[in-house]
Amino acid sequence: MRASFVFSEVITGLRRNVTMTIAMILTTAISLGLLGGGLLVVRLIDKMQTLYSDKVEVSVYLTNDVSANDKNCSQQPCAGLRDELTQTSGVESVTFENRDQAYARFKQIFSSQPELIKLARPEALPASFHVKLTDQSRSDVIIKAFTGKPGVRSVDDQGQFLNRFFDVLNGVRNATFAVALVQALAALLLISNTIQVSAYTRRTEVGIMRLVGATRWYTQLPFLLEAVVAGLIGSVLAVVLLVVAKIAFLDKVLQAPIQSGVIPELGMLDIVYVSPWLFLVAAAISAFTGYVTLRLYVRL
Amino acid sequence: MVVGSLSEDHGLVNRDGGMPRPAQGRTKRNTRTTCPRRPGYISPSGEQTSSEWTQVDSPLVIRLEHVTKVYKTTPRPALQDVSVDVVKGEFVFLIGPSGSGKSTFLRLLLREEVPSKGRVYVSNFDVARMARRRVPRLRQSIGCVFQDFRLLVNKTVAENVAFALEVIGKPRHTIRKVVPEVLQLVGLEGKANRMPHELSGGEQQRVAIARAFVNRPLVLLADEPTGNLDPDTSQDIMLLLERINRTGTTVLMATHDHSIVDSMRRRVVELDQGRVIRDDARGVYGVGR
Repeated sequence: MRASFVFSEVITGLRRNVTMTIAMILTTAISLGLLGGGLLVVRLIDKMQTLYSDKVEVSVYLTNDVSANDKNCSQQPCAGLRDELTQTSGVESVTFENRDQAYARFKQIFSSQPELIKLARPEALPASFHVKLTDQSRSDVIIKAFTGKPGVRSVDDQGQFLNRFFDVLNGVRNATFAVALVQALAALLLISNTIQVSAYTRRTEVGIMRLVGATRWYTQLPFLLEAVVAGLIGSVLAVVLLVVAKIAFLDKVLQAPIQSGVIPELGMLDIVYVSPWLFLVAAAISAFTGYVTLRLYVRL
Repeated sequence: MVVGSLSEDHGLVNRDGGMPRPAQGRTKRNTRTTCPRRPGYISPSGEQTSSEWTQVDSPLVIRLEHVTKVYKTTPRPALQDVSVDVVKGEFVFLIGPSGSGKSTFLRLLLREEVPSKGRVYVSNFDVARMARRRVPRLRQSIGCVFQDFRLLVNKTVAENVAFALEVIGKPRHTIRKVVPEVLQLVGLEGKANRMPHELSGGEQQRVAIARAFVNRPLVLLADEPTGNLDPDTSQDIMLLLERINRTGTTVLMATHDHSIVDSMRRRVVELDQGRVIRDDARGVYGVGR
């Protein structure tokens, strides 16, 4: 196989119908960009799950009465609740946070919004137990057991809030994948069409090649490679798209939550991690489409 | 019994330089026999022959055995019980009116079509039954020339000829060597860098012949090669085909051109409605018809 021959055939093939090639590349790029975006969301979810898995707590908020009068949980019912919590199976640790500590934490969290701090009074914040669990799924047991107990105002599972957030992210991911799929279909049809057009414009060459005894590889490889090269250019473009989207959009919109550590940052490394998959998907899909097209529609 | 096969040994490199020699008497022979020969075989010239006759000098290159070809679209067979043998080095005219089956005959040899019945052999290829992936090898041992030349308009003369070698993976140094040789053989030295549209019809056909011959095929199939040419130019092309035939290449030419067939006095196989109605060793174009 003479590489230079095949290569020059590919170049002329791509040049010969530039408009189709560009359409093919752009569609592929958008499709793969969306796929890449979806994969990045998947990575974000993974990161967040590891980030929060050991931090998610069940908060048992105490009534106003307890919050006001029992600063170090030495009286009943606070002390009793603490003992009970500690003895519940699946509980790793129980920390008491009194009203002043809660207020201090509040001030710290909202340090960037002084007007909010001005509005808040320590009296509005309840004392609470922060219950760390060895097994996150055990949170239901705590909620059931302690809701409505004397001295308990409410039991709050931070995990549930987080799950809602993950649901949103999963939805975003699914929607991205769905649109990517539709785009991929469009890309597929374009690839197939481009190959057919390309085979038609080169029918004389291909006819002669067949006649002089060129093997299937020689006659078909240029067409296949044409599709693969366009696919790869598309995937490179998709990666560029992702980088631009990260720098120009994501980094700016999510600046605050990223800095406060609520949302893990999606770095260039994540894009680097995702892009080989895009290249692979592009090459595999375009080669496959090309092969099927040549088999079904083009008599070579 | 041995039927010499040259398909593996019709290399491009002409070891002595100059014209290729007829391949008779070469020592390297393929011993595989796929072109069986029965005792009492009648040679094209009509004599009864012994089996030795085939072994040394005149191996069969083409054999059609009771070939029938029916196309799906028409009930009438394009070829009906056709048996033809062609010996290495022969020059055969295939004549007959349009629709008599000449094209089908040629397409069967190239395995563009598969016979409905019967068997087709070219050299040591069992054409109808061979695996698809071996078809390129078969075609590499057959050269083809057409009425409409089929040159690549965006390539020069030399590039057109080189193309036939490039696409079968011949190394570049071989191509650089043999392309000028074959252009000289067909009388186009000095026109290597012309574009096809700058050439006359006769010259274009020479390019096509050069391209068909550059890989030194066993068989040259010519489908109405003079159909688009004036009588004088046709004569020149025929001289060229004769010259190629003298190198040992079997030439099978489908034609309507009476004067050429009559003047050459070569073997004539005439087809009519898919049947062989005449097979003369030194024939003319249908006298009594």
